[in-house]
Amino acid sequence: MDSVLQARTLSKSFGALRACDGVDLDLRTGEIHALIGPNGAGKSTLIKLLAGSLTPDTGSVHIDGTDVTREGVAARARRGIARTFQVSALAMEDTVLQNALLGAIGARRSAFRFLRPALRDEQARMTAEAALARVGLSDAARTPVAQLSHGQRRQLEVAVALAQSPRAFVMDEPMAGLGETGSAEMTALLDGLRHEAPILLVEHDMRAVFALADRISVLVAGAVIASGTPTEIRADEAVRRAYLGEEA
Amino acid sequence: MPTALLVEQLLNGLQAGMTLFLMAAGLTLVFGVMGLINLAHGSLYMVGAFAAAAVAAATGSFLLALAAALAAGAIAGVVVEMVVIRRLYDRDHLDQVLATFALILIFSEGTRWVFGSFPLQLDIPAWLAGPITLPGGIPYPLYRLTIIGIGLAVAIALWLLIERTRTGIRIRAGENDREMISALGVDISRLYTLVFALGAALAGLAGALVGAIQSVQVGMGEPVLILAFVVIVIGGIGSIRGALIGALLVGMTDTMGRILLPSLLATITDASMAASVGASLASMSVYILMAVVLVWRPSGLFGAAT
Amino acid sequence: MSREAFVNAAILLALLAVPLWALANDEPFTITLATRAAILALAGVGLNVALGLGGLVSLGHAVFFGIGGYAMGVLASHAQSYDPIMEAPFLIEGTKSMPIIWIAALVTSAIAALGIGALSLRTSGVYFIMITLAFGQMAYYFAIGWPAYGGEDGLSIYVRNGFPGLNTLDPIQFFAIAYTLLLLALLLVWRLSKSPFGLALNAARQSAARVETAGIRPYTLRLTAFVISGALTGLAGALFADLNRFVSPSMLSWQTSGEIMVFIILGGVGRLCAPVAGAGMFVLLEHWLGGTGEFWHIWLGAILLFVVLFARGGLIGALAGRGRTDG
Repeated sequence: MDSVLQARTLSKSFGALRACDGVDLDLRTGEIHALIGPNGAGKSTLIKLLAGSLTPDTGSVHIDGTDVTREGVAARARRGIARTFQVSALAMEDTVLQNALLGAIGARRSAFRFLRPALRDEQARMTAEAALARVGLSDAARTPVAQLSHGQRRQLEVAVALAQSPRAFVMDEPMAGLGETGSAEMTALLDGLRHEAPILLVEHDMRAVFALADRISVLVAGAVIASGTPTEIRADEAVRRAYLGEEA
Repeated sequence: MPTALLVEQLLNGLQAGMTLFLMAAGLTLVFGVMGLINLAHGSLYMVGAFAAAAVAAATGSFLLALAAALAAGAIAGVVVEMVVIRRLYDRDHLDQVLATFALILIFSEGTRWVFGSFPLQLDIPAWLAGPITLPGGIPYPLYRLTIIGIGLAVAIALWLLIERTRTGIRIRAGENDREMISALGVDISRLYTLVFALGAALAGLAGALVGAIQSVQVGMGEPVLILAFVVIVIGGIGSIRGALIGALLVGMTDTMGRILLPSLLATITDASMAASVGASLASMSVYILMAVVLVWRPSGLFGAAT
Repeated sequence: MSREAFVNAAILLALLAVPLWALANDEPFTITLATRAAILALAGVGLNVALGLGGLVSLGHAVFFGIGGYAMGVLASHAQSYDPIMEAPFLIEGTKSMPIIWIAALVTSAIAALGIGALSLRTSGVYFIMITLAFGQMAYYFAIGWPAYGGEDGLSIYVRNGFPGLNTLDPIQFFAIAYTLLLLALLLVWRLSKSPFGLALNAARQSAARVETAGIRPYTLRLTAFVISGALTGLAGALFADLNRFVSPSMLSWQTSGEIMVFIILGGVGRLCAPVAGAGMFVLLEHWLGGTGEFWHIWLGAILLFVVLFARGGLIGALAGRGRTDG
């Protein structure tokens, strides 16, 4: 089995609301697996369950075959889950390079070194700089994040994740708030990333989803109602009913 | 322990809890509604006590003294809110801590400058001074019972205010969404001044009530302030109900600890050691209570999860 | 050299120049004032690790300052009475040697910081402020009630503790000790702030979610910072007690916690040398205003209020221009 990130019968309720209802999901080597669904379908809950910021009521999460259901966010990150946020979560006063370094430091487990300057750790720095180069932020390395444009911050989110040298990306709406050009650039960037590590992509931009995804899972009311290639999903009756309503 | 003593101590604990509640209610409202941590709340307690002592000395009327304490607390609250506090609502907690710490320095030294360093005397009036006999033949000071009664009355009045009145609806709305309620045309800065003055008046009242049992002096507010913080941490920030339950828990723990710990220790060590170590442990007991609650529920008994 | 580095150097040189000038003019009291400023600055440098780097508004650092003070008081009082601290299961004797006292102060305050931090850091924001304040009060009452080491009256030692090769009774030599420790602490904190740990801690202050997602637990970062912070403040406490040859519960009081924090804001939050500038200002104000009348705290309060409301950058901000927090 080449499944890097695996969810089995994941369920989570908030009071009477079943936000996640028996979800099975696999993220396989080399793929972009898109997760789509209408607002309130439970995509955010599922991401939190996978990343470890929520604990499921039942079911399990495996990373590379290891059961991580009881592990927190940081522990799963060290196992290779790199998450990006819908609303950029960055150290705004720090420079672009310092933010990218954070990813490298986390992955190298060197956060508890106290006396040598972080910038003198050549390997961490090279990893961080390579990640910045990959997303096109090399020129902005010394710029504080607060001075970046929205689009550049979205790119930096991806760069920090990349600097973690992850086993799998979990990306929450990387296109959020990007214009036409920005979306196209991001699409091109993600397209190349799938060979570094597979991407679980939650995205509302359907053009990007259908352009990028190897497989798509459709989440409605907390449950996966269909899973398959873009062609299969386009043709799926249940999906057409859920998404298009009367048009189906 | 004889029943009479136990009942007396339980009532003492209740009374201590009620005065703490008067302090904690204002603090928790101000934090819940305006998001402000106010270290100078203890100064308003002191202002109330001094105003009461001064008016009692001048007029001889305890009721006038209490009215003066409420008024002085409220007026000091309004002035401080309009001059300093309202500039702090949008600042981070560090700024709030430091600015209100500065206010403590100014209030304490200012009071010392006006009234001198010696404690003032505020006497319990004759008509409240004696003990009354409780059912079961247990004597208990009427004055302390009165404090318990005032505390209960304030708790009920606050509950009615917040749950049943227009102002209460606005206060609750202010906790949730500042922009929305000002968009709805509510004068938010007046509401904030009002809430702050209300909390300040209650602190002033507490200062006067306690001032008649203990002494009225500079620096009397801060130990109470810190206990009120413990109350809020235990009860959960922003919750009046939490403040009441927390205050009673802290008042009881403190009072009973002082009585029970030395006698418990006396069974395992010699008497003088037990007395001093017991007193020392007893004064720590409320903080130990706080630590236990924290481990169990980090955002307090009635607080929203953080 | 950046403008801030220049200002920092000027502040540190000024703190060195004052006692040297006083030595030349035979004014030992001024040397003692400078020593007091250096020691208080060291306490602030300690708090600044938690506050400036970690964003942890601790109102309970007097605990560590006091523990350092009592580490000195306990060890030295046992040494002067030739009465061992404990004999079973193993012998611990008192000492009059500063280096050993410093180690004891560092270790005991670090342990206290570990315990208090482990509990307090389960919360954040305003809860954290209140809880650290409450733990401070708990230590204060404990010290008042514990009779073995003076209780409310505190503990005096007859002669200042010794340092190999130096005469610590000579004001300028004791100043040299305090100043050197201050410089070492500043060097440590400066290195810390540039290290991977400092980078992660600083990032956790700004976005805990980002740091956690990178695989680093913010809780562990903050607890580590809190322990380092408490230990440095504890060391300052030992020196402070040695300066006064006296330790009392007032070192543990909440006012002390507030004052240590005041040093940082007077100097400028987020600046390496803020505690030095702030403690220097504090000691000067205390000396000048304390001389003109007994109500000098009113003026301190007014100045503090002014700085918080209108001059967020503090002294260093005014001298060196915009920094982290006013950007």
